Amino acid sequence: MTGFGHNSEDEAEGRIEALAEMMARLPGLGPRSARRAVLHMLQRRDLLMTPLADAMHDVAAAARECVQCGNLSTAETCAICREERRANGEICVVEDVASLWAMERAGAFRGRYHVLGGLLSALDNVGPDDLRIPRLRGRIADEGVREVILALPATVDGQTTAHYVADAVEGSATVSTLAQGVPVGGELDYLDDGTIGAALRARRSL
Amino acid sequence: MALAIETLTLSHFRSHRAAELSVGPGPVAIHGPNGSGKTNVLEAVSLLSPGRGLRRAGPGEIARRPEGVGWRVGAVVGRHGDRHAIDTRAEPGATRTVRVDDKAVPQVALGRIARIVWLVPAMDRLWTEGAEGRRRFLDRIALSFEPTHAEAALAYEKAMRERNRLLKDGADDPAWYAALERQMARSGAAVQDNRLHAVRRLTEAQAGAVTAFPAAGLSLTGDDPPGEEALAAAFRNGRRTDMYAGRTLAGPHRADLAALWAEKGVEARLASTGEQKALLLSLVLANARALAEDLGTPPILLLDEVAAHLDAGRRAALYAEIEALGAQAWMTGTGAELFEALREGATRVAASEDGGASLLRAA
Ligand SMILES: Nc1ncnc2c1ncn2[C@@H]1O[C@H](COP(=O)(O)OP(=O)(O)O)[C@@H](O)[C@H]1O
Ligand SMILES: [Mg+2]
Ligand SMILES: [Zn+2]
Repeated sequence: MTGFGHNSEDEAEGRIEALAEMMARLPGLGPRSARRAVLHMLQRRDLLMTPLADAMHDVAAAARECVQCGNLSTAETCAICREERRANGEICVVEDVASLWAMERAGAFRGRYHVLGGLLSALDNVGPDDLRIPRLRGRIADEGVREVILALPATVDGQTTAHYVADAVEGSATVSTLAQGVPVGGELDYLDDGTIGAALRARRSL
Repeated sequence: MALAIETLTLSHFRSHRAAELSVGPGPVAIHGPNGSGKTNVLEAVSLLSPGRGLRRAGPGEIARRPEGVGWRVGAVVGRHGDRHAIDTRAEPGATRTVRVDDKAVPQVALGRIARIVWLVPAMDRLWTEGAEGRRRFLDRIALSFEPTHAEAALAYEKAMRERNRLLKDGADDPAWYAALERQMARSGAAVQDNRLHAVRRLTEAQAGAVTAFPAAGLSLTGDDPPGEEALAAAFRNGRRTDMYAGRTLAGPHRADLAALWAEKGVEARLASTGEQKALLLSLVLANARALAEDLGTPPILLLDEVAAHLDAGRRAALYAEIEALGAQAWMTGTGAELFEALREGATRVAASEDGGASLLRAA
């Protein structure tokens, strides 16, 4: 594109470009695939692009952490916490919402979750007060929890957090841990769903 | 056939702009003037194992100046017809990444493929300087026997750094300390086991050998209570004193390796410079013999400026032992004549400086 001054055509071009650049920052998208996605949407403006923009706007305004478990939801309590059948006496403790979603995708766990919102790390300035640990104690009493299942990464921070949580709930519920550490970050997406199920069935006491 | 590199490719790696070497399974002798890029080649090979390589350099330091683009080391490593393509690189400002057979793997995975042990001139003072160098030397040997040593050592270091931060901050949360100390005790005990195993195997391999190099009586010393239970107790009981110090005082990170010139009954640090070098070589050769016994292949050896303190007789003896072991030993020296005593099958490389970059040629 050559052009010196600022005419309206250039500006329009610039905004599409800016949109593609923003999209390219999303995980799984690069500059090329982002441009392709933008073009695809532009060609389906009414059917796809506008509804997508509306949905993003809505969710951006409404999304919040579930007051019970820390999951992301558009209501005060998330769908999982609202479902009575899932109050089966088991709570699965996960680092973040990504792990929760991976567990749900595997469909192997029938209880409720507790999202810590991080892992203990003095070096990263994350202490027990930054994680939802006191809330977990409250839930064990309120929801009649018998078993706390720790689904945390096999890293040093993951296992420090696991031992810390186990210590914090000791005496109020049985504590077990997945047979394998939960993968972290992008690895979660490549995990096949059977693996989590197997690790859950083979859980052992900590 | 022994573990060996078949091809080595360097791109923007220190003084090398682009270099490719095809190497045979036996010794590799690189000669050339000072500054011609010989040690840089050995450093590249050392990065085919976990860690920061034989110069302990960060990835940014390695990137060739003035270009400052990313660097890459590629190698095909073979053993018993089992071949792996290793690719390790770092983009500017980023950490080093590793791919094995085109699949991204954590750095520690390299320990399972390429077992590499080295001696560099900076280690000539190993027995007289601080314990850190000796620990590092021992850990490199332990890793060659036990690939999981890297994971255990990293976990220990990480948990200890976390605990040290708590100590410095004066944190008072016994459960947090306990959670970290548990992991330090577990990984620390694994580190101890691996080091003990290494010392035991080195001792055994020295005992049975016919060699021109002096045997070293090895022992582990230092402030390092042995076993998971003892470590856990030491950490727990040491919290208060550790807090005054602002760091963890006892543990495997404070271990030391003591060596005695067995025949003379003299501590290694009191031996002459040449004798100390001979002791180190003796240990590296013992490492190679023990691994050959345990795995059916010696490790890859990197012996930088190895000829420097050896007279012609010792040099010939060293080459003969390396050749008998079938080890791929990468050796450097300033003149080609230093390697005359090597057999026909050796790969000989001449390094020189050519228009602002190192040049490697088969010689
Ligand atoms: N990052 C770098 N970029 C370019 N050249 C480098 C870099 N690091 C080291 N060098 C050069 O490499 C040369 C040393 O290479 P080295 O392998 O140690 O030589 P030798 O053949 O004596 O072992 C020096 O000339 C040094 O300036
Ligand atoms: Mg050199
Ligand atoms: Zn919820």
